[in-house]
Amino acid sequence: MTFEKPTNSRDVIDSPEETSRLERTWHSPGGLLGWFTHVNQRMIGKRFIITAFCFFLLAGILGILIRLQLAGPEQKLLGPELYNQFFTMHGTVMMFFFAIPVMEGFAIYFVPLMVGSRDMAFPRLNAFGYYVYLIGGIVLFGSLLLSMAPNAGWFNYVPLSSKLYSPGYGVDVWTTMITFIEVSALTAAVELIVTTLRMRAPGMSLNRMPLFVWAALVMSFMIVFAMPAVIVSSTLLILDRLVDTQFFIVESGGEPLLWQHLFWYFGHPEVYIILVPALGMISTIIITFTRRPIYGYTALVLSVVAIGFVSFGLWVHHMFTTGLPQLGMSFFTAASVTIAIPSGVQIFCWIASLWGAKIRFATPMLWVLGFFAIFVIGGLTGVMVASIPFDTQVHDTFFLVAHFHYVLIGGAVFPLIGATYYWWPKITGRMMSEAAGKWSFWLAFIGFNVTFFPMHQLGLEGMPRRIYTYVEEMGWGDLNLLATIGSLVLATGFGITLINAVWSVFRGRRAEPNPWGAPTLEWAADSPPASYNFRHIPVVHSRWPLWDWDTDRERAVVTGLRNDRREVVLTSILDAKPVGVQVLPAPTIWPFVSAVAASMGFIGIIFHPIFFVIAFFLVAFTLVAWFWPRRPWRND
Amino acid sequence: MSFSQHVRTTVLLGATAPFLSACEGPQSALDPAGSAAELITRLWWPTLFVATLVTLLVLTLLAVAIFRAHRQRSALPLNARQSRNLVIAGGIILPLAATIPFALSSFSIGRTMDAPLPQDAMTVEVIGKQWWWEVHYLDEAGNRIATTANEIHIPVGEAVRFLLKSDNVIHSFWLPNLKGKTDMMPGRTNVTSVTADEPGVYRGQCAEYCGTQHALMAFMLVAEEPEAFDAWLDGQRQPATMPQTEAQASGRDVFFEAGCAGCHTIRGTSASGDLGPDLTHIASRRTLASATVPNRIGHLGGWITDPQHVKPGSRMPPSDLSPVELKTLLGYLESLE
Repeated sequence: MTFEKPTNSRDVIDSPEETSRLERTWHSPGGLLGWFTHVNQRMIGKRFIITAFCFFLLAGILGILIRLQLAGPEQKLLGPELYNQFFTMHGTVMMFFFAIPVMEGFAIYFVPLMVGSRDMAFPRLNAFGYYVYLIGGIVLFGSLLLSMAPNAGWFNYVPLSSKLYSPGYGVDVWTTMITFIEVSALTAAVELIVTTLRMRAPGMSLNRMPLFVWAALVMSFMIVFAMPAVIVSSTLLILDRLVDTQFFIVESGGEPLLWQHLFWYFGHPEVYIILVPALGMISTIIITFTRRPIYGYTALVLSVVAIGFVSFGLWVHHMFTTGLPQLGMSFFTAASVTIAIPSGVQIFCWIASLWGAKIRFATPMLWVLGFFAIFVIGGLTGVMVASIPFDTQVHDTFFLVAHFHYVLIGGAVFPLIGATYYWWPKITGRMMSEAAGKWSFWLAFIGFNVTFFPMHQLGLEGMPRRIYTYVEEMGWGDLNLLATIGSLVLATGFGITLINAVWSVFRGRRAEPNPWGAPTLEWAADSPPASYNFRHIPVVHSRWPLWDWDTDRERAVVTGLRNDRREVVLTSILDAKPVGVQVLPAPTIWPFVSAVAASMGFIGIIFHPIFFVIAFFLVAFTLVAWFWPRRPWRND
Repeated sequence: MSFSQHVRTTVLLGATAPFLSACEGPQSALDPAGSAAELITRLWWPTLFVATLVTLLVLTLLAVAIFRAHRQRSALPLNARQSRNLVIAGGIILPLAATIPFALSSFSIGRTMDAPLPQDAMTVEVIGKQWWWEVHYLDEAGNRIATTANEIHIPVGEAVRFLLKSDNVIHSFWLPNLKGKTDMMPGRTNVTSVTADEPGVYRGQCAEYCGTQHALMAFMLVAEEPEAFDAWLDGQRQPATMPQTEAQASGRDVFFEAGCAGCHTIRGTSASGDLGPDLTHIASRRTLASATVPNRIGHLGGWITDPQHVKPGSRMPPSDLSPVELKTLLGYLESLE
C-alpha cells in the first residue's frame, strides 16, 4: 500500500458510485439482531452516552429522594434501610455508571472524528466494552428493585462491607459489578490510547491535536493506571466474602486500611478522570465561541498532563482522620495544594483567551461560564480540606458533600451539558432549542447553588454525611429545607435539557455540517456523520484545519484508500506521518455473546464460586469464535 | 446579558448571606469551647477571607474578559506578552501566594494540636459499638475503674487523653466544639486529646458511616469543675444501689426475668451482659439511645417497649412486658443513680 501525494480537493473524484461503495462497506446491519452486531465507533459512543445519561437520571432521582428525606428533622419518608441503599447507589451509579462512561462515550464518539479517522483501533473490543457496561448497570440497578442493593456506601469501607457486618448479597453485587464494569472502562481507555496515538490524520502531529483529544488521551492513561487498584481491592473483597480469605479481617491479621489505600489510590484519580475530559470540552467550546485560537495551547496541554500525574499523589488526603502519622500526611497536604497551580494555569489561559473576544453567548458557552463560577468555589474548598487540622473538622460532613458536588457538578456536569448542546447537531443532525437551553442553564445554575452552598454551613455546624435523619434540636432543619427546594429547581433545570433533547430529535432545526463555525475535523463530516465518517481522510496542516480551509488554503486529502473493505490510515506517533493501512473487522455478534458469557461469571459468583469456572470456559469459547481467522479481504 | 449578570450577582450574594450569619449550634465547629477547635477556627476565618477574595478576583477578571468587547465593534484581545503575564500572575503566583502560608500555618497548627500529653494525664477509653459508645475510665496503671455509655465527663481545663478503639466496624469520634475527628479503627488504638476550656455539655457524633443506625449514634460530653467531676467519678465507681422498696425489688426481678441481663451489666448484681450499655448508673445519664432522646421515664418506657420505633435497626429487641411489669422495671432503673 502506498500513499499518493495528497492532492487538492478539486481533483478528487466524488462519484456517487464511490460513495455508495463506502456506504456498503461501512454500514451497520439493520434489524434487531443486527443491532447486537454493531461495532461502529459512533454507534458505540452514542450508546455509551445515552445509557450513561439514563443512569444519571436514575441516580438523580435517588438524589432527590435523599434530599426529600433530609428536608426536615426526623422524617419518616425512607427510613435507614432504604436511605442507606439510596445514598450508596447514588454515589456508585454517579461515579462508576455515569461519570466515567459518559466521558468515555463522548471520547469514543468524537476522538476518531476529531483526529480524522473512520473508526477506532479495535471496534469489536469497543462493542464488548459497551455490553459489559450495560449488563453491569442493569444488574446493579436491578438489585435495588429486588431490595438487595448494596448499602455500605460507594466507598464500601471494610469491615462494614465484610460478610459479618453486611450479610446478604448487597455488597457482593457492588464488588462484582464494579469489577465487571471496570473491564469496560479499561477496554475503552486502551482503545482511545491506540486510536489517538496511531490513527490520526496525516499531518496532525501531537502539537496539532485538538485539546479535547489531548484530554481524552490523558483520561485514558489515568484509567489504565488507576482502575487496576479498585479492581484489586474489590477482588480481594470478593474473595473475603466468597471463599473466606482474610485480607481485611482484623482478627486474622487482615488490614482495613489496605482497603482505604487501594480504594483512594483509585478514587482520587477518579475525580480527575472525570474532570480532565471536561477541561478538554471547555477549551473546545471556548475556541469555537470566541472564534479565535486559544491562548496557551502548550500550557493547557501541559497542565492537563500535570493534573493527571499529580492526581496519583493525593489519595491519603481522604484518610487524614484514620490516625496515620502526621509527617507522612503532610506530604499529601503539600501535594494536594500543588494541584492548584495547573488548575490555575488552565483557568487563566481561558480568561486570557476570553479577554476582549467577541463571544457568542450560545447555550454551550453559558454552561462553560457557569462552570467557572462553580468550579472556582469547589477548587478553593478543595484546598481548604487539604489542611489536616481543618479536615478533621469537616471530613465526612456536609461541607465535603458541598465541596465535591461543586467540583463534580460544576467541574464535570456543567461542561458536559455544554458539550452536549455543542455536539448535539453533529450527533443527531438537529439543533437543540437555544431558548430552552438558556432556561435550563439558569434554573440549573441557581438550583445548584441553592442546593449545595448551604451545605458548607451545615457541615461546619456539625452535620455528618450519610445520616438518614437528625434530631430537631440540632437546628439543621432550615438549611436542609432550602437545599431540598434548590435540588428540585436543579432537577427542573436538567429536566428541561432532557425534554429539549428528545424534542429536538423529532422537531429540531436541521443542522449544517458546521453550524457553530468550529475549527476541528469532526465538523468536516456530515451532520450526523456518514457511516464512514469522512469520504476522504483529510490531511492536516495546522491546529485549526477548518478555519484554514475557510481562508482557502490548500485542502488536501489522502487518496488511495480502498473503499471495498474497512481501511484506516495508520500514522506515526509524534508527527503523524502515514506509515500504513489497517483493515478493521466487520460487524459480528460475538462481542455481545462474549460479554453475556463474562457477565454470567460475574453475576454467578454473587451466589457461588463455581460460576466463575463455568463462565471461564464459556468466555474462552466465545473468544475463539470472535477471533476466528476469517479475513474476507484475503480472497481478492 | 447585563440582566443575566445581575441575576448571577444576586444569586451569589443571596447564597452567601446565610453563610455570614451566626454559626452557633449545638454541634458547631465554629463555636469552639476547647483549644484544638479554637486553633482550627483561627485557621478557618483567614482562609475563608482569602478564598472569598480569590473567588471575587477570578470572577471579576472573568467578567471583565467577557464584557470588554461586548459593545465594541471588534475584539480587544490581549497581546501575547500580556496574556503570558496574566497566566503567570493568576495561574502560578496567585495559587502559590495563597497556598504556601495556608499550608505552613496548617502544618504548625497540626503540630500544636497533636502535641503529646504528659504521661499522667487522665485517660478515657472509648469503644465504638454498633451504634453506641462504651466509655471506660482508666487509672494510671490502665485498669478500668468506671464504665458508662454514651456520656463522657471530663474536668474543665485539663487535657484528657482518649484511647479510641473499635471491635467491629470503623467509627469516628468527633466533638466539633472541642476537637476534630479521629477514627476508631478495628485492630488499632488511635489516641487523641481533648481539652474543654469552659464548663458545658457538648454533643459529639459518629462521623464515619457504620451501618444502619449511623445517623443516631451520638454522645454527650460533660465538662465540669474538677470537684464536681471527682464527685461524679466516685459515684460511677460504686456498684449499683440496692433496691430500696418492694416495688424496686420486683422491678429488679422483672429485669432478670425478661432477659435484660443477657446484654446489660449492672455492677453489684449478677447481670454482666456485654452487648449493650452498662446500666449501673443509668438514671444519672442525660440521654437515652446514644443521645437520641432525653432520659425521662416516658422515653425510657417507650425505648424498652419498642426500641425499633426510636432507632430502627437498633440491636435492642422489643419486649412484651405487661404494663405493671414495665412500671416496676422503670421504677427500678430510675433508682440506679
